[in-house]
Amino acid sequence: MLDLSVSLAGVTLKNPVVVASGTFGFGREYSQFYDLGELGGVCAKGLTLHPRTGNPAPRIAETPMGILNSVGLENPGVDAFISQELPFLRQFDTKIIANISGNTPEEYGVMCEKLSAAGVDMIEVNISCPNVKAGGLAYGTRPELAAEVTEMAKKHAGSVPVMVKLSPNVTDITEIAKAVEGAGADALSLINTIRGMRIDVNTRRPILKMNTGGLSGPAVLPVAVRMVWEVSQVVDLPILGMGGVSKGEDGAQLMLAGASAVAVGTALFADPFAPLKVRDELADIAGRQGLSAVRELTGGVRPW
Amino acid sequence: MKVERKCRIVEKTQMGDAIYMVLEVGDMVRTSFTAPGQFVHIKCGDGLLLRRPISVCSCQECEPSDLLALVFEVRGEGTAWLARRPEGHTVDVLGLLGNGFSMDREGRYLLVGGGIGVPPMRGCAQYTGGRSTAILGFRSREKAILLDRFRDECAKVAVATDDGSLGYHGLVDALVRQELERDRAYDTVLACGPKPMLKSVAKVAAQFGVPCQVSMEERMGCGVGACLVCATPMKDGTVKHVCKDGPVFDAEEVDWDA
Repeated sequence: MLDLSVSLAGVTLKNPVVVASGTFGFGREYSQFYDLGELGGVCAKGLTLHPRTGNPAPRIAETPMGILNSVGLENPGVDAFISQELPFLRQFDTKIIANISGNTPEEYGVMCEKLSAAGVDMIEVNISCPNVKAGGLAYGTRPELAAEVTEMAKKHAGSVPVMVKLSPNVTDITEIAKAVEGAGADALSLINTIRGMRIDVNTRRPILKMNTGGLSGPAVLPVAVRMVWEVSQVVDLPILGMGGVSKGEDGAQLMLAGASAVAVGTALFADPFAPLKVRDELADIAGRQGLSAVRELTGGVRPW
Repeated sequence: MKVERKCRIVEKTQMGDAIYMVLEVGDMVRTSFTAPGQFVHIKCGDGLLLRRPISVCSCQECEPSDLLALVFEVRGEGTAWLARRPEGHTVDVLGLLGNGFSMDREGRYLLVGGGIGVPPMRGCAQYTGGRSTAILGFRSREKAILLDRFRDECAKVAVATDDGSLGYHGLVDALVRQELERDRAYDTVLACGPKPMLKSVAKVAAQFGVPCQVSMEERMGCGVGACLVCATPMKDGTVKHVCKDGPVFDAEEVDWDA
């Protein structure tokens, strides 16, 4: 019997497939399709200290094997999450990973304190949102700022593990990863979206009202695999790998590159059942390779 | 539980510039129909990641399989793919999604459709069993669709065209005004069409003190309310999402100036 469970910063996931923040809301919608207990974990929609209405529409554009989004962290705020959404998510036998973005290091601290007290399983610190002006991406592109935010989050998260979500929009992602590890992070998640743009040639207008947005979907998978591989070689932290995963083979690539678990995001929009298919296909691959546990895939790439 | 289902195309015909397509949808109508004005989210080939939202024109509970009629125009790659599917092939459908028009079977409504916003009003006409009035706008006579069906299913039908080649020469809001001047005892004005049309229809309805509901459009992602891309601004400063909170909204809550 193949063991599907994996450990991510001391948190045991029943299987290595979680859903990526921002693609799954707070779970209510997809819970109408299947039991969320089928998932290893749920990365909830990104939270900020205060509610945000997000960016003007259009917020989405389709691109070759990808999509661009510019939602801009629309969310009800951390307090509403704790009072309205967390109790709902808690009904399911799955790990709850809250995702937070702040305008200042102090805001990250306040949110970590609230979420730690509320009892989430893990906190994913977003230092890489390309769609907001303040904070966001800036924290993810400068090692010293990334470290400052990580330290602040760790200081206020109590016993809840802190996972820092890295941006691919940097020259050298390993520098950021090392800085964040040095600041005490318990895990890393990568990659966030890659900045992109699509223009309607007839109107000469960008499709997105914000002009640019974040690219996700199968188009970014090779970038994610490469970055997970690079990062896994320079840090000792467990990695949640994501970026374009839509089938088991994609997840297996990320795990072989060094990820302990993988997140499925954009694939949900074409197929609400994609995370479950990725899980089953991953199990098939591990089984065919004669493994006794799917976690044996992690870091198993044989580079030339 | 909601489902994603492979549905067989049982009829496909060209209707002006649009495609009329009937799908066998299993028990989808029985299990998820709540009101006319809902939509389905259809996967259009393997190369495109995003499904395409298409409003339901009409639907019917049947044994062994419910039937769903859609009318759509080819706007891009996705709808072009769907238009090429022959009868007998299957397509992957999520549905029925969203909140339709809030209406009673016993009610009497003024239905207003513009262009590809006309087909969804047919479901409203059928729902009220011939009591409602339809005001339908098209660019020209060649673009006019479904007129015979509306005539069968409404107490009265008026048509406007932009070029005057059929019916009234002008926009539907002028006909809405004429109709409400004659008779303002409609329960609600229900409208679907381009946003500028919805805005002017809502304005006329408000002037006559008749409630108005509008079906909105926005670029969508998941179609179920999880990804939050299809945001539409409300008058109170909040945003709502077309796929989950709509597509139908009370005209009064929409921020028409955003």
